[in-house]
Amino acid sequence: MSKAPQATAEPLTHSDSHARPKGVSGKEPFLIGESMTGGYGAADILHGCTLAVEKGQIAVIVGPNGAGKSTAMKAVFGMLNLRGGRVHLDGEDISTLSPQERVRKGMGFVPQVNNVFTSMTVEENLEMGAFIRTDDFRDTMTQVYDLFPILKEKRRQPAGELSGGQRQQVAVGRALMTQPKVLMLDEPTAGVSPIVMDELFDRIIEVARTGISILMVEQNARQALEIADMGYVLVQGANRFTDTGAALMADPDVRRTFLGG
Amino acid sequence: MDFLNALVALLNFVVIPATAYGAQLALGALAATLVYGVLRFSNFALGDTMAFGAAVVILFTWWFQSMGISFGPLPTAILALPFGIAAMSAVALLTDRTVYRYYRRVKAKPVIVVIASMGVMFIMAGITRMIIGVQEIQFADGQKFLIDPTWFRTETGLNEGLALRMTQAITVVTAGLVVWALFWFLNRTRTGKSMRAYSDNEDLALLSGINPERVVAITWIIASGLAVIAGTLYGLDKSYKAFNYFALLLPIFAAAVVGGLGNPLGAIAGGFLIAYSEIGLTYAWKKVASYILPESLMPDGLMQLLSTEYKFSVSFAILIIVLLFKPTGIFKGKAV
Repeated sequence: MSKAPQATAEPLTHSDSHARPKGVSGKEPFLIGESMTGGYGAADILHGCTLAVEKGQIAVIVGPNGAGKSTAMKAVFGMLNLRGGRVHLDGEDISTLSPQERVRKGMGFVPQVNNVFTSMTVEENLEMGAFIRTDDFRDTMTQVYDLFPILKEKRRQPAGELSGGQRQQVAVGRALMTQPKVLMLDEPTAGVSPIVMDELFDRIIEVARTGISILMVEQNARQALEIADMGYVLVQGANRFTDTGAALMADPDVRRTFLGG
Repeated sequence: MDFLNALVALLNFVVIPATAYGAQLALGALAATLVYGVLRFSNFALGDTMAFGAAVVILFTWWFQSMGISFGPLPTAILALPFGIAAMSAVALLTDRTVYRYYRRVKAKPVIVVIASMGVMFIMAGITRMIIGVQEIQFADGQKFLIDPTWFRTETGLNEGLALRMTQAITVVTAGLVVWALFWFLNRTRTGKSMRAYSDNEDLALLSGINPERVVAITWIIASGLAVIAGTLYGLDKSYKAFNYFALLLPIFAAAVVGGLGNPLGAIAGGFLIAYSEIGLTYAWKKVASYILPESLMPDGLMQLLSTEYKFSVSFAILIIVLLFKPTGIFKGKAV
């Protein structure tokens, strides 16, 4: 890989992440994975990648295929071993915690595939989402049903019999059952129609409005950046551009290289 | 009158024995399918688990009998069942700790774990034979018949006697209760649902905070309970012989696969399907036919499709056919 463009991109990245548009200056973001380096095996996939999201905001990770978008998100969630960097949630260092422990700390994760229990009903899926909770979770379930009315209608149906878009709703609903502070979505709109995609994005904005931070990976870069408070363009496991969604959309470089003009 | 005689003969020689046998197979297949669903391997030690558990039940039965404890018209073995289940669960958990847990930790391929379970099978078979021996043991006591054939004949005036043995009735009733309890557990309780979730999608279950070791332990306890109940009922119905349980492995797995591995409902359907096919194909239909067919149409032979010695080939044939044409089984299970 070429080192030159990175070297020019990185200082920009850092200055940007400090001059966060809505954040109080000098205060650390709610969730931050800072200069993460690591991979699944011997070779590193991430090279000093930094991702952050503020409370109640939407951060979107975009980039070409193989840029390490999903890997970066998995790194934030603790699904791969980092050789360098750290992950902070609400000021607490969670770099060494397992994914299960991070769920208990208030992180929800929706994998890209196999993200529902196909043989179980919609309602059972939500119940399993709330497995770690010992209190009464009926209110949360009502909230999820209010957010995704179709799920209430289909609550006795096995999740495996639902359409792709409905399944994604079950998957997001399942992750919301723990009442997470951060919701991480790995390509929530993969394989759904454009209409369903718009619908899902609307729901994601609604979730963010309730104060939940959203960090998501998206293939549909243009649509995703439109709803993003912060956008991260990754290339070869490193930050190439970092800015507000609107600024990235307006940036001619980003438009030409990643958004197709 | 002839039609009634034919019906009674059919009930007596096919329906009742096949239903009892089917219930026993269904319980065994449920144990196999649960272990497959959660631990993702075919547990070859299941047959000898049944033998071991039933042996413990027999020992407790003898002890109770020596103390003069009985269960009235019901076999004393029913009283001994909880002790057999407790002992077997302890052995299963110990086996998991010493053998299977290691293979889970290193994420071994299922076929490796299957071979490990064969090792467990040999050890368990040896221990069972050392404890209780290889001979045939009758341990059913209490009332023998619920419907006595001679009483039935004199009461109804039919040629054919209808026999319903106590052990057969107990088998079906117990199996019904156990299956009801199991389904209630799997579908209504939090722990049961977490077992299904883990079986459905291991990674997502982990993300949901389900503790895999706990799910595995509960699975072993339930599977042990099912195996001991199935083994004891089979021993009461026929007789106890350690080797017979090893031979049961084939029809039990055929039942689980036919129904769809990992699917509890399928295991029950598979159990009865195997039992009815086995008995239907090895029964000499001449007796039933003699009542309904006119003299001129009566064949000379016994009208028996297969000799009873070949009964296990029936489950083998069904197993092969299912694996060739519908590997996921009747109810959608996991492909093997």
